[in-house]
Amino acid sequence: MECYLDNSATTPVCREAADAVYDALLNNWGNPSSLYKKGIEAENIVESAREAVAEKLSCRSEEVFFTSGGTESNNIAVLGTAASYGKKGRIIISSVEHSSIEEPAKKLEKAGYDIVRLGVDRYGMIDENELYNAVTPDTILISVMAVNNEVGTIEPIRSLRRAAAKTRALVHVDAVQAFGKTDIRPSAIGADLMSISSHKIHGPKGAGALYIRGGFKKDRAGVRISPRTFGGLQEKTLRPGTEPVPAIAGFGAAVRALPDTAAELKKITLLRDYLIDSLRAVDGVVINSPPDALPFVTNISVLGIKSEPMMNYLSSVGIYVSSGSACSKGQKSRVLRAMGISDENISSALRISFSRFTTSDEIDMLINGIIEGRKKIRSSRR
Amino acid sequence: MKNGEVVLKGLNRRVFEDMMIKSMRRRLSVLGEWKITLAQSAVSAEPLDENTDLNEAVEICRRIFGIVALSRAALLPKDMDAILENTGKYLYDELSAAHTFKVNAKRSDKSFPYASPKICEILGERLLNEFPDLSVDVHDPDIVVTVEIRDRGAYVHGNQIKGAGGIPVGSSGKAAVLISGGIDSPVAAWMMSKRGLRLCAVHFASPPYTSERAELKVHSLLKKVSEYSGRIDLFVVPFTEIQEQIKDNCPEELFTIIMRRFMMKVSEKIARKNDCGALITGESVGQVASQTMYAIACTDEAASMPVFRPLIGMDKDEVITIARKIDTFDISVLPYEDCCTVFTPKHPRTRPVLKYVLEAESALDCEKLVNDAAEGARYVLIDSMRK
Repeated sequence: MECYLDNSATTPVCREAADAVYDALLNNWGNPSSLYKKGIEAENIVESAREAVAEKLSCRSEEVFFTSGGTESNNIAVLGTAASYGKKGRIIISSVEHSSIEEPAKKLEKAGYDIVRLGVDRYGMIDENELYNAVTPDTILISVMAVNNEVGTIEPIRSLRRAAAKTRALVHVDAVQAFGKTDIRPSAIGADLMSISSHKIHGPKGAGALYIRGGFKKDRAGVRISPRTFGGLQEKTLRPGTEPVPAIAGFGAAVRALPDTAAELKKITLLRDYLIDSLRAVDGVVINSPPDALPFVTNISVLGIKSEPMMNYLSSVGIYVSSGSACSKGQKSRVLRAMGISDENISSALRISFSRFTTSDEIDMLINGIIEGRKKIRSSRR
Repeated sequence: MKNGEVVLKGLNRRVFEDMMIKSMRRRLSVLGEWKITLAQSAVSAEPLDENTDLNEAVEICRRIFGIVALSRAALLPKDMDAILENTGKYLYDELSAAHTFKVNAKRSDKSFPYASPKICEILGERLLNEFPDLSVDVHDPDIVVTVEIRDRGAYVHGNQIKGAGGIPVGSSGKAAVLISGGIDSPVAAWMMSKRGLRLCAVHFASPPYTSERAELKVHSLLKKVSEYSGRIDLFVVPFTEIQEQIKDNCPEELFTIIMRRFMMKVSEKIARKNDCGALITGESVGQVASQTMYAIACTDEAASMPVFRPLIGMDKDEVITIARKIDTFDISVLPYEDCCTVFTPKHPRTRPVLKYVLEAESALDCEKLVNDAAEGARYVLIDSMRK
């Protein structure tokens, strides 16, 4: 039996999404921009997916723009906001953002923008007062993630709007890990921009979306953002290029297949509590995630056993967990470091992440795996 | 290109010519059929199909050891009018970009009616007319237009391209390189291949401490090296048992030195079985604790065949310069655990004394461990014919 517990990296594709992809590939392969019927049919698929996403976000479908995924949405949010603003202002992010926020911010920093990275506490949480104090009249963007991808911290994103109130700053929320697991809605939290991704909610890879409050207007009314790629008229020129209809169709189907979040959250919370209870049976395990984290993600350290050997061992017996963000391929976690976690604990960190398909049997299997791994792997401690 | 050819020259040792031609023939064969000839101490390769990708052919030849310099030349009839007519056309891009030039003529076929200085004079004048912005500079020209009147015809080419140098692979025999995945060992392998050695490689894998990706990283590194060295026989040695035994039974501060001694012994066993005459490592004196002079003395004692350490006196930045040149650097810095980072002691002994190392080792059944590891090695063929 395989046991996949790395759902923050990606999720297995659900039946509904796979069927929609297959159908679009074989039966609706037209170009959505073509004027004839074949094109219109493909366009209908894209628009139907857009409606599904809009419904889930409680926004209008004109406010949803398809991209290639979370990374592109985040890049457009950061670089597009900076490009549309006349001068080099201040951008506020947190020190635990995903690399697709941190890296474009770093690029802007080199170009002369003033990047402020909010510190976090032991649990990866930003400080609201620090945020309020960081905002200046020339602040153009505040971007903080809704849920941290490595430890599951739920950030106080409602405070972003309050912080931005006295300025023209836009508020962006990276909701890649929150979408589909919480009922996050941009209007409820006052976000101007929000990024989401298909493959984190059992959809196919290669699709994501950026929510833009009021839509994208070339006359620069409303939210001011500039495209980062240029070409045709697709996605109202915000993100030109022929739409990947199959991926978008799968994204739409995955969104429609999402269960009621409140009931789901209860179930996942029970599983998480079961995981933490079971981990008590293992020597030297510390929990790095906050007690009130989104229960889909739990970060632990198995003291004395480096992450990579443990991960390799677990993988050899069909159990998949990660040592951090899959996007940083084994580098030491920037997030755990920002949380002030010791080097020893960082080097033995494991991320266990659930999906709605996770069962308690899988947790039992993981616990056994960790216990066995502990016995087999020599401690790195002296 | 109509008269496209690649002419290779600067070969300094006749005895190696056959070997070099053989490896040229083999490597160029991915691009099509070639006529490869040796005349007047220059090797020339002429594609039989005129659509052959000559840019790629140059890239391939630049990676063949033994070639000091090469140029891409047009083969013209031995006729002064043809030479005058075609030189400006053939070298149009280079001559347009240059400010100064000179013509260099070599007439090895003395039946050609014009002497070398005369060729230079007539062709130089013609090119000055064709490229009005160009002027002659015989001392430091941007481009040297060379005309060689040989038996087969007139070869015309612009500036020479620097070749990989060294001597042909295989002309010095075969050796086995110990490769971990770091920056140094691929560079060491490349350097010894440059001196004519065909390569075997030995990699130590310690699952679960090291991952499949760590081994794949070694494959990628060796593929880059094999663009120069030709095929490499890689042996992946199961090393977990040995590392755990050392960890459990030997003093911590001697862990690395004993581990490296085991690596030498296992590698030598594999090397001998595969007709290798030496081992190659990427060690450099003083770089890390296991590479002090004293530590190297202890490691060296474990092998009875010569151990080549081409990086021994190099600084890290010198090694990195080569790693960048052969394009292995970006692969080397990928952050996977390798066999050398597992169990690194906090305070490794920098002045180990052989007597105590041997004493510590005697706690283990060395012979059995070495035999098991060598016999358990898995073979992987690495051959990236540049395509």
